[in-house]
Amino acid sequence: MAELIIFVVLGAVAVGAGIAVVAARNPVHSALFLVVNFFCLAALFLVLSAEFVAVLQVLVYAGAIMVLFLFVIMLLNVGGVLESLRDPLGSQRWLALLLGLGLVAEVTAMVISGAVKLPAPSGGIPAGFGSPSEVGLHLYSRYLFPFEVVSLLLLVAMVGVVVLNKRRD
Amino acid sequence: MVPTAYYIILSGLLFTTGVVGVLVRRNPIIMFMSIELMLNSANLAFVTFARHYRSLDGQVSVFIVMAVVAAEVAVGLAIIVAIFRTKATIDVDELNLMKW
Repeated sequence: MAELIIFVVLGAVAVGAGIAVVAARNPVHSALFLVVNFFCLAALFLVLSAEFVAVLQVLVYAGAIMVLFLFVIMLLNVGGVLESLRDPLGSQRWLALLLGLGLVAEVTAMVISGAVKLPAPSGGIPAGFGSPSEVGLHLYSRYLFPFEVVSLLLLVAMVGVVVLNKRRD
Repeated sequence: MVPTAYYIILSGLLFTTGVVGVLVRRNPIIMFMSIELMLNSANLAFVTFARHYRSLDGQVSVFIVMAVVAAEVAVGLAIIVAIFRTKATIDVDELNLMKW
């Protein structure tokens, strides 16, 4: 019961913050609402016995990626008054909202109708389920190759970022 | 214990919010943030199923997704800054030089 209350509160705040990200006029407000969303998701990860992932969420997403976003927003000084004056979308905005509601209805119907039969969870959660040592054991044994590929990907991304913003002289 | 279906519905709600954000907003930074919303909803689904099946594969997948997202955000924002330097506008509707 307590878990249900926590889930409903965190879920409501996460969805509200998500809607505010999309609806806010000022991009800095959007970024801050996204940080709220990330914190709610990190708390939900804690409820789901994923402690390592929850801490990673706060450190990497809220701590690094959102800081990067805020740097770029401040650097480019976007979201002035001029952005909201012209509206090339017109009525398509309402169509997008309508179709979004349709998508929500479809996902909810698919989950509730039980069309996808999941096997029941077996037994309790093993001790140390989401702890760093367990995730690390999996990461370095079974997922070693994706881990190395991802590190190569990060290197390529860094090189690409430096090359993209070099001065052309 | 909260049923898995509730978490998946929440994930679907967040995903749809991100989709509507990408469709409705014309500022590329806000569009990027909506893409982050979508990716986080997928992370939530991964972790939910990791607990449902008592398997850590989902959590390792979240780890990998976070690293990929960090790389993607870095490169995407670098592209936006580079475009802004040349054109002084980042409204996506005006960036149509490659249109034929």
